[in-house]
Amino acid sequence: MRNGWSPYLGGALTGLLLVVSVLVTYQLFGHPRYLGTSTAYVKVAGLIEKAVSPESVEANAYYRKKKPGIDWKVMLVLGVPLGAFLAAVRNGEFRPRWVPGVWRERFGDSPAVRALGAFVGGFLLIYGARLAGGCPSGHGLSGMSQLAVSAFIVVAGFFAGGIPLALILYGRRRG
Amino acid sequence: MELLVGLITGVIWGYIFQRARILRFEKHAGLLTLTDLTVLKFLLSGVVVGALGIQLLTTLGLAPYHLKPTFVAANFVGGVIYGLGWALLGYCPGTMPGAVGEGSLDGLFGILGGLCGAMAYAHTYPFWKEKLLGIGAYGKISLPMLFHLPPLLVGAIFAGLLLAFIVFLEKMGW
Repeated sequence: MRNGWSPYLGGALTGLLLVVSVLVTYQLFGHPRYLGTSTAYVKVAGLIEKAVSPESVEANAYYRKKKPGIDWKVMLVLGVPLGAFLAAVRNGEFRPRWVPGVWRERFGDSPAVRALGAFVGGFLLIYGARLAGGCPSGHGLSGMSQLAVSAFIVVAGFFAGGIPLALILYGRRRG
Repeated sequence: MELLVGLITGVIWGYIFQRARILRFEKHAGLLTLTDLTVLKFLLSGVVVGALGIQLLTTLGLAPYHLKPTFVAANFVGGVIYGLGWALLGYCPGTMPGAVGEGSLDGLFGILGGLCGAMAYAHTYPFWKEKLLGIGAYGKISLPMLFHLPPLLVGAIFAGLLLAFIVFLEKMGW
């Protein structure tokens, strides 16, 4: 547990990854790819829906804008678990678990209860991110790095929603 | 080729996420209960490097911006809905698949919920477009445009403020 990196190092490397990605993708492919992950969920959700009902995807204004399919962003999000798995295995930190510790202390060790919480949380997370136009990577990192006004409003919203609910759910311990 | 570049970028990113410890539920719950600021520290230092680097690239003409438009009401309301989900889930859209890679299998249900959330948004988009997206719609604006100052200068000041905040956090022993 103690052999990890400082979060400042990890953050700085991520900032560097953003800058290199924007430079390389613009120079190679003609459009800059800023790091962002929540759009990928729309692209994949659209693909799944298309398999079931092509007409409803065809007729949908949002899917017409976001174009379901496998693109750079989807590949980016698919790469993340591979990299995380590699890092975890190399450092002897791969630990399968269905219920995180802090959750267990509050809601017990039922995987089904946690699965439901994670499902509802994931639903709100992506629904909110799409309404806001991005997540902590798209707005937080890429948006604030570009000094976009939208990024500052969205990030304020993340904490305005997250802090009160987390305090209710988990309480303020370990302070 | 572009797909491969995306995948490689993601693998590097996931590796960094895991090493910096920000894939864990505890770190996100810790941030939102203000007891463990690891995730915030990660984001702060990312933006320091990102702001300087991106403003430098754009100033030198090596790459353009890709600004997300401002819709004040939708940005904030969406952000709050996101925050509620974040508190329940304990991961974010990028770290959720990474958490699965580290063994936190509950993230799979988060991903499933996320795909359903994306679908639900696609089908309720006309409602928000009519009700909310028109409020405070200022288009693709950035701080340098608001202040009429050179972007690189604003980027450097912003990075400096964030650095000062980081020093403050460390001095306070957070």
